[in-house]
Amino acid sequence: MLKTIGIKSIEELFADIPEGARFKGDWNKLEIGLGRPLSEIEIRKYIEKLFSKNKVFMDPPPFIGGGAWPHYVPAVVKYIMSRAEFYTAYTPYQPELSQGLMQALFEYQSMMADLLELEIVNSSMYDWASATAEAFLMAMRIQKRKNRVLVPSTMNPYHRPVVKAYTEPKGLKIEEVKHDKETGLIDLEDLKEKLASKDVAAVYIENPSFLGFIEENAKAIGEIAHDYGALFIMGVDPISLGVLEAPGRLGADIAVGEGQPLGLGMNFGGPYLGIFAAKWDMRIVRQMPGRIMGLTTTLDGKEMGFAMILQAREQHIRREKATSNICTNEMLCALGAAVYMALLGKHGFRKIGELIMYRSHYAAKKLNEIDGVKAPVFKGEFFKEFTVNFDGAGVKYETIHEELLKRGIHGGLYVGKWFPELGETALFCVTEMHDKNDIDKLVSSIKEILSK
Amino acid sequence: MVFRQAKWDEPLIYELGAPGRIGFLVPEVEEEIKKEVGEIKVPDKIKRSEPPALPEISEVEVVRHFVDLSQMAYGVDNGPVPLGSCTMKYNPKIAFEVANDLRVAYLHPLQDERTVQGLLEALYHLQKWLANIVGMDACTLNPAAGAHGELTGVLVIRKYHEIKGQLDKKTEIIIPDSAHGTNPASSSMGGFRTITIRSDADGNVDMEALKAAVSEKTAGLMLTNPSTLGLFEEHILEIAEILHEVDALLYYDGANLNGIMGYARPGDMGFDIAHINIHKTFGSPHGGGGPGAGPICIKERDVLPEKGVKLSDLLPGFIVKYDEKTGRYYLKYPGPYSIGMVKAFFGNVGPLLWGFTYILGLGPQGLKEVTEQAVLNTNYFTKLLKGTKGYDLPYGPERFRKHEVVFSAEPMAHDVGVTAEDVAKGLLDAGFYAPTIYFPLIVHEALMIEFSDTETKENIERYAARMKEIAEIAYKNPKEPKKWPVNTAKGRVDAVKASHPKTVTPTPEDSNTNMESTCTKRNRQTKSTQVKHFP
Repeated sequence: MLKTIGIKSIEELFADIPEGARFKGDWNKLEIGLGRPLSEIEIRKYIEKLFSKNKVFMDPPPFIGGGAWPHYVPAVVKYIMSRAEFYTAYTPYQPELSQGLMQALFEYQSMMADLLELEIVNSSMYDWASATAEAFLMAMRIQKRKNRVLVPSTMNPYHRPVVKAYTEPKGLKIEEVKHDKETGLIDLEDLKEKLASKDVAAVYIENPSFLGFIEENAKAIGEIAHDYGALFIMGVDPISLGVLEAPGRLGADIAVGEGQPLGLGMNFGGPYLGIFAAKWDMRIVRQMPGRIMGLTTTLDGKEMGFAMILQAREQHIRREKATSNICTNEMLCALGAAVYMALLGKHGFRKIGELIMYRSHYAAKKLNEIDGVKAPVFKGEFFKEFTVNFDGAGVKYETIHEELLKRGIHGGLYVGKWFPELGETALFCVTEMHDKNDIDKLVSSIKEILSK
Repeated sequence: MVFRQAKWDEPLIYELGAPGRIGFLVPEVEEEIKKEVGEIKVPDKIKRSEPPALPEISEVEVVRHFVDLSQMAYGVDNGPVPLGSCTMKYNPKIAFEVANDLRVAYLHPLQDERTVQGLLEALYHLQKWLANIVGMDACTLNPAAGAHGELTGVLVIRKYHEIKGQLDKKTEIIIPDSAHGTNPASSSMGGFRTITIRSDADGNVDMEALKAAVSEKTAGLMLTNPSTLGLFEEHILEIAEILHEVDALLYYDGANLNGIMGYARPGDMGFDIAHINIHKTFGSPHGGGGPGAGPICIKERDVLPEKGVKLSDLLPGFIVKYDEKTGRYYLKYPGPYSIGMVKAFFGNVGPLLWGFTYILGLGPQGLKEVTEQAVLNTNYFTKLLKGTKGYDLPYGPERFRKHEVVFSAEPMAHDVGVTAEDVAKGLLDAGFYAPTIYFPLIVHEALMIEFSDTETKENIERYAARMKEIAEIAYKNPKEPKKWPVNTAKGRVDAVKASHPKTVTPTPEDSNTNMESTCTKRNRQTKSTQVKHFP
C-alpha cells in the first residue's frame, strides 16, 4: 500500500500537521486503557473483576423509579435488538438497502401512534427529558411571540435541569402551576390565572405524575389550555396506556414520554427512548424535531417502499434553520420498543397495566398498615409509584434505606430534597417484576426496622 | 461476486396474527392481592376508553417478522459501510457482551452509589482516558450523541460568557462552510448567530475570511480537524490565537478524531472544548441511527478567578469522582455554575461501555495503529481512484487525506448526467454501502468515503474497481445507472413523493392498497392484499 501511495513510511501521511500542533509527549505512556493492548481473555477477566463489584437487585427487584423503572425485558426484545443487520447499521440514508430497518421503524411509529392515539410519531429522541425540552421549543416556534410554558410544580426534578438547559438560550420562561396539597393534582384556578395574560405557548403535564398520582383532570387541563390559546403537551409513561387514557383522546397536541419501560432495561441511565408524537396538523408537523420514516413507493410506482420523510426540517439540510440539531438518536431502542408493543399487542397493555396497579396498590396498602407509615401521601389514584411518608415513625428515611440495604433490598427514592413539605417521604415503585413475595419482604423488613 | 439482498414481500406487522393471540404471557395477579386490594379503580375520566389498535400476534410470528426485516437491512457486519464522517468501523463482539452484561443492564440510575462501584470505576477511567486521548483536563459523559455533545459545548460557551458578564455582546459563533450540519444547528439552539466562513483552495479555513469575521461579538468557533474534506487544518494554531485574542472559545467537533489519534490532540492545538463520538471513534455500533454517546471534554481555564470558578465547573451531568479517603467512587451532581443536565440521569451507559472496552482492548499503541491504518486506507483508495474519468478530487488534490476523502462526480454529471446518487446506487448493487453523498456542501456531487481502520486492502480495491466500472458504464450507457439499484430489496425509492406535503399523511381508513406516502399506519384497514412469500 505504501508503495502504491508512493511513500516510505506511514508517518509521511501526517507530515502536514504543523510542528506546534503535534503531540510531543510519549503517547504510549499516557493513561489510556491499561497502557498496552489486551487479548479478549484479559479483557474478560478484567471486566469480571470490575462488574463483580456491582450489586444487582433481583430478589427482590429494586423499589425505585423516578423516571426509569425496573420493568421486565422480554428475551425476544433482546434477541431482535442483537440482530447485527440492525445494530451495526447506520441511519438508513440509502433506503433501498435499508428497507427492513425502515419498515421496523415505521412500525414503531405506527404502533406508538396507536398507543398514544396521535397521528405522527418521530423515530426517537434521546429520552423523556430531552423530548420534553424539544417539545417546549417546538411549541414556542409554533406559537411565535409567546414565550412562557406552564409545568406542574410536581414535575420530575431530573427533567427540570434538562429542560432549563435547552430552553434558556431561547428565552423561554418556565413557570410552575401550584398543586393541591391533598391530591397532588394541578390547581385549576392557579392554572387559569397564569394563563390569563394569553402569552403562554404551552401547558405541560405528566401522567402519571413524578410523584406517582394519576392526573385525572388531564382532559379539563387540556381544554383550559386550548381556551387560552396554549398548546397542550402531555408527558406519559407508555406502559400505563393500557389502563390510562391515551393522550390523543385527552386533547394533547404533543405527547412525549420515556420508552424505557417497553423492554429496554435500566442500564444505569441509558440508552433510553424519547417518545415524541403530535396530532396531525401541518402547523405542528413542520416544526417536529427528529427523523420520521414514511411509506412511499418505488420510483416506478410498482412497489411500496419506505423513505425518511420531511427531511427539510432537519439539520443536514436546513443547518442553522433546522427544527433541532438532533442527528444520532435512539433508533435501536425504538426498534426494541416496537418488538415489545407487538408482543403485548392489543390486550397485553391493559393486562400488564392492571397487574402493575394491583401490585402497587397492594404494596401501598400493606405499608400504610404499618404504624407511623402513611402510603400514599396523596389522596386519589396512582399507577406504579406512590409516596410513602415516615414522619409518624420518627425515623429518617436515610436510616430505613440503610437498613433495607443490609437486608438486600433497595428502597424508594427520597423526595424530601425537592419537596421539603412532604417531610421524610420516599417514592416507591412497584412493577410487574415485583410479585407478592417481593412486596411482603419489603413490608416485613420495614416493619422490623421501625420496631427496633 | 454477485450480490443479492433478500427481498421478502414482508407485510406490515398489522397484517399479521389473529384476534386472541398474544406474544407475551403477562403473569396473573395473585389471588391474595386481589382479595386485599379489591377492584382497582381508575377514574372514568382518565380510563382508557378503547384498547389500543395494536396487532395480536404470537411470539414466533413476531420473531419471524423482525428477522425477515433484518435480512433487508445492512450493517458493518454485512459488508463495508464507508460512509464519510460516520466512521463505520467493526464493533468488537466482546464489547457487545460487556455493554449488555446483566450486572449493568439491571442497574437503576439512582441506585445507591455503593452498589454500583464496579460500573463507576469503569466510567471514571473512561473520563480520564478520553481526556488523555484529546489532551484535555475534564470530561462529562452526559451527552447522548455527537450533536448532543455539540449542543452541550455551545451551552458551555454561552455560560462562560454569561458568567463573565459579556453575553450581551458575545452573540456570534463562527463555523466553516465545510462543517457538519449539526454545527450551525447546535449554535442556533444555543441562541447564537452563525457566521459561515469559506474554505480556501487547499481545503483550509480561509484566513482572510476568518480575520474579517472575528470581532468582539465572536463567542466561539466550531471546527472539525481534520476537516470534512479529510484534510488537516494547517492554520489551526493561528486560528486559535486569533479567537483567543477576543476571548472566544474554540470548539472541536470530534467526528473526525479517528484521523489523528497519537499524532495530534485537540487540547494541544488550542481547542477549549471537544466532543467525542464514542460510536465513531471508539467502536460502539450506530444502532441503525442510534444510540450513541457524545461526551465532551474541556481544557481547564479560569472563568471567574475571584470566585475560583473554572471551565470544568460549567460541565453538565453527573461526573464520576474518586474519594481517596473512603476508596469509593461517587457522582458529583451539577453545581451552581454548571449548565445543568442535557439528559436525565447519567448518560448512555451502554455505548459508553462499548467505548470503554474498545479502549481497554487497544491501549495507546492500538489506538495509534487504528489511526495509521485508517489514514493509510484513505490514501491508498485515493491513489487507486484518482485520475479516473468521471471523478474529480477537489481541494488540495496533492495533499494527503486523513480519515476520509471526498471525490466529486461532477465531471460525470456534467458529461453524461450520471450523478453522485446514481454512483451510490451502483455501489449498493455490488453489495457495498454507499458513500455519504452531497456532503460536504462545498463539493458538488460529493462522494465522501471513509473506510476507517476496519476495511481490508481487498475490499478497498474492490470498492475502487466498482467505482471505476460505474464510471465506464456511465460514459457508455448513461441511462443504465438511472435504473439502479436492482440487487437490493427494493428499487429506487421515491423520496420526493414521500416528503411532499400533499401526500404525507397518516394512512386514511380505506387506503391500504392506495400507496400514498404516509407517516404512520394509524387507522389502517387490517385486511391485506399482500401475500408473504417464503423462501
